Amino acid sequence: MASTVLFPIFFLASLGVGVGHLVSAHTGLVQGQTYLHFIAPTLLATTTMQMAEGESLFPVLAAVKWLRSYHAAAATPLEPEDIFIGKLSWVVTRAFATGVVYTIVIGSFGALQSWWSLILPLLAALIALAFAAPLVALAARSQSEGPFIVIYRFGFVPMFLFSATFYPVSSYPGYLRPLVQFVPLYHGVALARAAAFGEGSWGAIVCHLAFLVAMAFVGVTWGRRTMRRRFVD
Amino acid sequence: MVYRSQWLMLISGFFEPVFYLVGIGIGLNHLVGNLPVGGRVVSYATFVAPGMLATSAMNGAVIDSIFNTFFRLKISHAYDAVLSTPLDVTDVALGEVWWALSRAALYAASFIVCMVLLGDAGSAWVVLCWPAAILTSFAFSCVGLAVCTYMRSWQDFDVVNLVQLPLFLFSATFFPITLYPRWLGGVVTVSPLYQSAALLRGLALGQFEWIMTLRVAYLFAIAILGLAVATRRFRRILVP
Repeated sequence: MASTVLFPIFFLASLGVGVGHLVSAHTGLVQGQTYLHFIAPTLLATTTMQMAEGESLFPVLAAVKWLRSYHAAAATPLEPEDIFIGKLSWVVTRAFATGVVYTIVIGSFGALQSWWSLILPLLAALIALAFAAPLVALAARSQSEGPFIVIYRFGFVPMFLFSATFYPVSSYPGYLRPLVQFVPLYHGVALARAAAFGEGSWGAIVCHLAFLVAMAFVGVTWGRRTMRRRFVD
Repeated sequence: MVYRSQWLMLISGFFEPVFYLVGIGIGLNHLVGNLPVGGRVVSYATFVAPGMLATSAMNGAVIDSIFNTFFRLKISHAYDAVLSTPLDVTDVALGEVWWALSRAALYAASFIVCMVLLGDAGSAWVVLCWPAAILTSFAFSCVGLAVCTYMRSWQDFDVVNLVQLPLFLFSATFFPITLYPRWLGGVVTVSPLYQSAALLRGLALGQFEWIMTLRVAYLFAIAILGLAVATRRFRRILVP
């Protein structure tokens, strides 16, 4: 709990204020915002993704393989799908609670400029669902934790760095810009900024939302099928 | 199978710091522009790269010496097996540090090669960053080993993160120490990661100063202290 509050404060004080100082001396505003305000909302999206990943990979593999607590649950009248939905509900609830804390911290740094900011905790819940559903499905059918490290290092670390988190998409070379659209976290980051600043076109917002909802939908469908196969057959 | 995934883990470890180097280099270079360091104006990527190298040395050392050692000490009880042989507790501690250092030497070398390839190395003296990065890993491994013996459960690792994160963010890794108010700058110099980052930055740019010997001495002192505490604690836990 202490780390939930302290992490964003440390992060914004260091990168937002410290690096922000250098940015304002050289570039001035970034897309009409100070650098501190520019990066603050993205923290909500990146942390939620990391939380979803932390909750979904190792703990789920442990529950299906090492501790077999899902086997215990499956022996009761619960259906395998119920276990899956239960897991996701927990992740989404936790993301929402973390989202509330982060929204307050981000607000106290002065980065919230619109009433749309109030939906930030809901956005956190959506991002968590979009990432957790496919990851739980994947972990539930894994046999070992080996691939997780690779997913982390080649999936999550680059996503954290290359989702227009620390600088605008316009900083990328032209040929890379369209590719950013395929990075799932980018859509979360873009929505977090749109909500915090109350800006952005409706068309773009609908596209970002559609991307995340589609991820969540595919993940849930796949996960339900995987759980059934692992526990019923 | 087991070994294959171990190799994959070892190799994928090279990429993480490189992603950071490229990720920060591409975008922030653009936004931050050039910075004066010790009378020379360098790009932001050149400024930040030695800090990243120091950080990755710290993180690697902490993972090896705290997380993995905790697992062997408290969960798999591998050391109890080791101690039933003629090996002594000191050998166990030194063995852990030795492994952490061999890995660190590999990663640091590959990081420095990437710095050179991306044009973020300030001068040819960057090769001296290699031993300095290994020294950083040495200091943090020894301290990590000592800390590890005080860990009671996985929950205590949150505390480790809570120390590691501010070290990472506030050790003048991302921006010069001169941006801090004077009194805060004094506090920052206590951080071993700051000493390491400052040392590496000076070496990478080829700016030699007498204060570097103090930085080296500071890191050595921390290492020796950590190792002494670790061996004593290991003896108390493992030898009845």
